Parts: sequence; C-alpha cells; structure tokens
Amino acid sequence: MIPAHWAAQGTAIPLTWNILQDVRQLFEFHFMVNAFRAGTVVAVAAGLLGWFMVLRAQSFAGHTLAVAGFPGAAGATLAGLNPAWGFFAFCGAGAAIIAAVPRARAGTQGAGFSEESAAIGTVQAVALALGFLFVSLYHGFLNGINALLFGTFLGITDAQVGVLVAVAAVIVLALAIGGRQLLFASVDPDVAEARGVPVTTLGVAFLLLLGFAAAEASQITGSLLVFALLVIPAATAQRLTARPAASIALSVVIAVAVTWLGLAAAYYSSYPIGFSVTTFGFAAYTLAQIATHRAGGRQA
Amino acid sequence: MNLRSVAADPTAATAASTAELVDATASLGGRTVWSGVNLTVEPGEFVAVIGPNGAGKSTLVKVLLGLLPLAGGEATVLGRPPGEASDRIGYLPQRRSFDPGLRVRGIDVVRLGLDGDRWGVPLPGLGRMRRRQEDDRRVDEVLGLVGATNYAQRPVGRVSGGEQQRLLIAQALVRRPALMLLDEPLDSLDLPNQAAVAALISDICRDQGVTVMLVAHDVNPILSYIDRVVYVAGGRAVSGTPHEVVRSDTLSRLYGTPIEVLTTSDGRLVIVGHPEAPARNCDRHLQHD
Repeated sequence: MIPAHWAAQGTAIPLTWNILQDVRQLFEFHFMVNAFRAGTVVAVAAGLLGWFMVLRAQSFAGHTLAVAGFPGAAGATLAGLNPAWGFFAFCGAGAAIIAAVPRARAGTQGAGFSEESAAIGTVQAVALALGFLFVSLYHGFLNGINALLFGTFLGITDAQVGVLVAVAAVIVLALAIGGRQLLFASVDPDVAEARGVPVTTLGVAFLLLLGFAAAEASQITGSLLVFALLVIPAATAQRLTARPAASIALSVVIAVAVTWLGLAAAYYSSYPIGFSVTTFGFAAYTLAQIATHRAGGRQA
Repeated sequence: MNLRSVAADPTAATAASTAELVDATASLGGRTVWSGVNLTVEPGEFVAVIGPNGAGKSTLVKVLLGLLPLAGGEATVLGRPPGEASDRIGYLPQRRSFDPGLRVRGIDVVRLGLDGDRWGVPLPGLGRMRRRQEDDRRVDEVLGLVGATNYAQRPVGRVSGGEQQRLLIAQALVRRPALMLLDEPLDSLDLPNQAAVAALISDICRDQGVTVMLVAHDVNPILSYIDRVVYVAGGRAVSGTPHEVVRSDTLSRLYGTPIEVLTTSDGRLVIVGHPEAPARNCDRHLQHD
C-alpha cells in the first residue's frame, strides 16, 4: 500500500504552489486516505471527550489512561495481535481501575493532594514499566516503540478504520444521550445529585469513554502525545468561549483541523505525525491565549 | 417555657406542612449526629437553621433532600418521603466557590438548574423550540429577580462571591420550587453582601411564596426576616421564634452548659460561652465522609 520510494526515504513528495495539485496528491494513495479517515474520526472523539476532561480537571487521569494503552499495544504486538486491541483493552482496564478510586469533589480538597492523583500516578508508573517489559521481551520490536509512544499514520487498514468509527460512534451517541447530565454533574455535582442525576455512575461511565477516546487518539498520536488531541483543542476552545455548546463544537473543529494539517505536514515533510499535530495544536492554543489576552475583558 | 416543636405533639402537624420530622435520628458513619428531633415547617415560612459547626445542620438538609436516610423516626417533605419530591426543591449546597478557571457562564449554571437532569441534547426543531424559548424566558426572569443579569454572561469562576451566591440562588429558584434549602448561602460573604443576599432571599420567600430553610452560623444577618429558628446543637434541635429559642435558658439546656445571650442596643443577639471552638470545621468533614 505504501509506495516504496516514499517509505524508503520517509519524505520526498514535492510540495508545489498549486494547492489543488497538492491536495490531489495528498489523497493519491489509499494509505493516506485511510489516515485522513482515521484521523478525522479520532479527532472528533478526542475533541468531545477532551472537552469534558478539561472541564472536570481530569487531565491527569486522561494522561494515565493514554499511557496505559502503551503496554496494551506492546503486549498485543508481543502476542501477535493487532496493537489496536491492546490499546482498547488496556485503556478500558485503566479506566476501570481509576474509577474504583473515590474521586474528591472539586473544591472540597486541593486536587493535587487527593487520593485520586496518588492512585493514578501509581497506575501510570506500573503501565509504563509493563510496556517497557513487553518491548524488551519482543526483540527487534524496538523500532515500533516510537510508533506506539509518538504516533504513526502509516499502514492503517480499512478494518482498523471501521473499528475506530464504531468506537467513536458509541462515544458520540453516549454524549448525545447523557452529555447534559454529565455537564451538570461536572459543573455542580452536589446540586446535580440532589436533582437525581446519577453523578457517580456518570463519573465512571465518563472515565470508560475517556479510556476509549485515549485509545483512539493513541493510534494516531501515540500514547505520550494524546494530549495533542485530548487537551489542546479543548483548552483552546474553552479559552475562546465560555458558551458550552459553542465551546464543544469549537473543540471538535480544532481537533479535526490540527489533525488534517498535521497529516498533510507529515506527508510532505520528514517530520513525524506526533510532532506536526502537536505543533499545529500548540500554535492554535498560543494564538487563542494571545487573542483573548489582548481582548481583555471579552470573556463570553 | 413551651417550645413549639420539640416534644410538641407531632400529630398536631397538618398534612399540608412543607417539611416534617417526627422523632428523627440521623447518623453518619455509625455516629449519631442528632436524635429525637421533631420539626414542622409550614408553607411560606422563612426558617433559619442555626448552630455551631459540626452540629448537623447540613445533615438536616441532606435528610430533607433524601440524600441521607434517617436512622430512626420519620420524615415527610412536600407530602412525600424525602427524595421523591426533589424536583420541587431548590437546593444550594454548602460551598465552595467555583474554580476561577471554570469556563462556563453564570447563565449556563442557572440553566442547568432548569434542564440539567434531562437526557438528550437540545436539538432545534421537532417541537422543542417552544420549550427552549420558555426555558430562555424563565432563566432571564430569575436572573432579573436576583439582579444577576449584568454578569450572567461572564464565566462563573470570574464573578465575585456575592455574585456567585446570587447566581446559585437563581439556579435554586429557576424551577419554581415549593421549598428552597439553602446551606450557608451567607458564608464567606462580607457584611454588606450578607445583608443584601439575606434581604433578597426574604423577598423571594414573600413574593414567590416559596418556603425557605436557610442554614447559617450566625442568626443576626437574617434576624429581622425569619419566622422561625431551628437551633441544632448537642445532638438535639429546638425550634421556635428567634426570641423563644435564642435566649439563655433554652441554649443552656440545649448545650448542657451555661450560655448567655445578650441583646445589643441595635437588637443583635450575642451568644456568649457556646462551645463552638473544639468542633470547628467538623461540618465540612462530615459532609464528605
């Protein structure tokens, strides 16, 4: 699927001044079409879940879920399975473990000192160590470790795209049904609970969905760079507007945009996908900071 | 002296009372917080729940909300067991201010009080537009009522403590509740804001016909507005008019230690010698056990 000259040199597709030509060239190969399909799906899921993660100040949990995918993918490779299954299995398991630790309510304790963060840190260390073990056991796999940690967009099959679409559909559907209650439970848990909103159940369900979103994003950005899609678009969107609906939509748009730009940049340059996606995200975030700082009082 | 509800004949309470406790006992983690509490709150009353930290004021609120089952006795809220009428109760929890980084507007927090427990996303069309317009109108209405219209569009973490309290009162009020349970809404406000928010709550109670139970440390900011006081201390509770309850003999009996209540020239009540200090901040710990 991947053209030999391209894979061998890792670059050398010339960028012209003819944008139409460039875009046509971008979709010339099926592997690249699949990369765009997968990237778009992943960006939508990450933009949505990431928005709630940033709102709930659960970035550390999100990061740990993503790191948990690394031993999953490494272990799956070791066992001769598709790494995607390892990502999903371990991210899901990590979410279940973190959900089992009682979460301190926002505002009642300093988040940095809660039991949750210590437990999450422990999970993260064990996950990384386990991943390193699997990589060591699988001799000759050391080239693949970069892809698992820092992302790749090569060799995504039609079947993989199908799985990503299915999982993303579950995420979108779940949020369409319970998103408003999740927002209530995130912003105002005490009042939500008194109103009969299942605050604890929603918290657990959210972590599981976050695990799946992290597993999806990991397959493009790698385990260590999921925040490029999970945090940066959401943080940028929340910086730009405090209207929830607009903010969520913006988060998704930014996630998709940086993914497309990142894929194009990686295709036309020799720089890896994890770097290019993160860089475009960082640029958006920086611009948003500057714009809102200069706008001063404009908050809504 | 004959106190109205403690040890009064519980059968005398009419079925129409807004909230009622009969010989109620509450415990948290195996420890009895209070016991033998009888309480009747009539419709339209403004009732203050006063007492030292850790006495179980918030526990009383949680019992009425149905979040904490009674260890003994009976509770009725709006004619039903606690928790079954939660959609007719406006609740303002003890807190806590919003995180300054929370990027959600005040108006969104108020709106969540109206529709935050609904499933599904608000999509245009399909006959939902009319409901949304009604919701928008109601949110604007309560924002005007509490005087929060001017800052409702700002992120809620960025407005002052007094402004946040007004938004939260609007949130509690937005569904036209029959009963509002306000847990320390005056806490952490400066004195002018305490007076302003107390006056606002009183106005809402009278004009909207809402029964209000307000938890406070200090009876003074609300003294001129309230119909009754529930004083929670020493594992028990006493209720009556402020001048029946907040006096030396009643409080001394409640605490089991001599307490003196002095009245200043401007009518404020000063409680001397109540053993609050050792129990400081227990309330907060209990809440999140």
